[in-house]
Amino acid sequence: MTISIQVEGLSKRYRIGRLQQDLSLREQLVEFVRRPLKNFGRDKEEVIWALRDVSFRANEGEVVGIVGRNGAGKSTLLKILSRITYPTSGSVKVKGRVASLLEVGTGFHEELTGRENVYLNGSILGMRKREVNRHFDTIVEFAGVEQFIDTPIKRYSSGMRLRLGFAVAAHLNPDVLIVDEVLAVGDAGFQKKCVKAMEGLRNTGRTVLFVSHNLAAVEHLCSRGIWIDAGQVCMDGEAKEVIKAYMGAFSGGQSGGMDLAAIEKRVGSGEIRYTKIEYLNPDGTQCGITRSGDALVLRFHYHAEKTVRELSFEFLLYTPMGTLLTWTSTWQHRILIPEIRPGDGYVDLEIDSINLVPGTYNFSLLLFGEDAKVHDKIESGLVLEIEVSDVYNCGRVLESRWGIMYFPQRWRIPAL
Amino acid sequence: MNSMISVGLEEGEITGKDYAKVSFIRELWDYRELFYFLAWRDAKVRYKQTVLGVLWALIQPFFTMVIFTVVFGQMANISTGGIPRPIFYLSALIPWAYFSSTLTTGGLSLVSNSNLLTKIYFPRIILPAAAALGGLVDFLLATAMLIGFVVYYQLPLGWNFFLWPILMMPLVLLAFGASAFLAALNVKYRDIKYAIPFGIQLLLFITPIIYPSSVLPEEYRWMLAFNPLSGLIEAFRFALVPTQQMNWSLVWLSLGLSVVVFIGGVIYFKRTERAFADIV
Repeated sequence: MTISIQVEGLSKRYRIGRLQQDLSLREQLVEFVRRPLKNFGRDKEEVIWALRDVSFRANEGEVVGIVGRNGAGKSTLLKILSRITYPTSGSVKVKGRVASLLEVGTGFHEELTGRENVYLNGSILGMRKREVNRHFDTIVEFAGVEQFIDTPIKRYSSGMRLRLGFAVAAHLNPDVLIVDEVLAVGDAGFQKKCVKAMEGLRNTGRTVLFVSHNLAAVEHLCSRGIWIDAGQVCMDGEAKEVIKAYMGAFSGGQSGGMDLAAIEKRVGSGEIRYTKIEYLNPDGTQCGITRSGDALVLRFHYHAEKTVRELSFEFLLYTPMGTLLTWTSTWQHRILIPEIRPGDGYVDLEIDSINLVPGTYNFSLLLFGEDAKVHDKIESGLVLEIEVSDVYNCGRVLESRWGIMYFPQRWRIPAL
Repeated sequence: MNSMISVGLEEGEITGKDYAKVSFIRELWDYRELFYFLAWRDAKVRYKQTVLGVLWALIQPFFTMVIFTVVFGQMANISTGGIPRPIFYLSALIPWAYFSSTLTTGGLSLVSNSNLLTKIYFPRIILPAAAALGGLVDFLLATAMLIGFVVYYQLPLGWNFFLWPILMMPLVLLAFGASAFLAALNVKYRDIKYAIPFGIQLLLFITPIIYPSSVLPEEYRWMLAFNPLSGLIEAFRFALVPTQQMNWSLVWLSLGLSVVVFIGGVIYFKRTERAFADIV
């Protein structure tokens, strides 16, 4: 496989504090007269590193999603890759023609008509005039502005402007495409168009670098993810994994588990008690975050004071309003646990798919013994957070307003 | 992996250091369409939503000429060296208008296009260059008007008129070099924005536009040598009315200075352009 983008040891330093550009010429002259030696000595400037020693490679045809918080350095990275700004150190090698789309409709001029702006914007994005000629009709049709194409765009609505800008960009034909936050604007219909256009790009074997806060779109479109934090590559891997890790760090999540020993609001004999709950991935690693549709393993740790018999571990999940969603127990599964001797242990509840909309759910834990004796019962303070996810794998996340739960499902439209 | 071949518009390596190696001229050629479109945009937008439209390109030099004729001709009675006053003023005002408008739009071109600078890559020099190119439209229109006046005054248009377009070349170099320099400076020091109109105002009086250089006392005439416009403007006038006395050494000096300003402006621009997007 050929490498399309190679970034090595990239760093970018910005000076902050007393920015040079904040001084007018007069102030600089005054400063120079007052302290003529200052300019010769080492200036005590505050610097920030927007990027620090970032290295990665992208293969031809790879669609790489870049995630990270605001100010993490994503945009700086894209700007360096698009040659808008220059690195303090390090190198970038890019193979082929690069087009960067850091904004929809860059260079649109209010006074020019839609038609004129298509040509202007096209040439700004690096298209040849004959390329624009060839695509002109499809661009206008895609944007849906046929009627207004000879009207100055200052009379356009912001939606029309966006559509026109994106329509031009969607007809770019570069080897490497760099896209920043384009999907964050516009209404749902526009975003759908964008995702479709991006899908089209993905299938043409182009290398795409894509920054977005729309994690569902990143997960849907990208094969690979790079998580940047504080100017450094925090994680680089499969998009799904990277996004999950990123969301986990971002939301705080359940931080992998919860200590139950300290909970005092509980009833029961206390002969055996829950001591800890762990949230795990199916492979046994700690799970920082649970999203709609994820597989989840709940590991209940217990401590037995004395030998207890005929046990049933029970898990009850409630909506935030208190409606019981599901109650599951070892007893329901007719799993016989004849006795547990004093000491520590755990049981796992493996859930194949959490078919719930995102939200905060409460749960209760029960531990019954022989003759329905209550050993332990915790009914408050237990929370399961479900985060948003693109469960239908379509670039649109499952939203909490769409009910309580969803079925693993598909639609079939035979007429199409 | 070392066999990284680069093709197309934006190619090759971007490193912290040796970037200047990318051929500047070749890059300009690659981006010629953008250059053309930006110049076209500047020219197109200039008179949008005006009733008189492109007539403004003629109105400005025409009425300035009328005012000059009344004030400096009838009232102050400054000598024109025997040239009809409208021709005398117009022949200088037309190149002057090109110079001053290029300096204004070109000098502010980087800051006024900061949205482009921070969103897209292109050779930055295109912005002042497009301003220098866009101004030629007005120049051509005004030249047509000037020819009308020449015909009206029944002046013979001889071989010397070929000098008129030829002189445009050093004038474009001078205006472009100066505006590239000022544009780069304006990114860092916004003082330039205020200095340009003021400087233009002063320059109008220290350039032989409302007077021929011959009216200056001999001992002050050397000062004209510092102003590359003075030789050029006089030569433009000579292109129309070859009868007047010409100080050719002043013209050659102006040509040399124009080239120096051009080269110096472009060098300063190239040396500072990497920081434009960061500080604009």
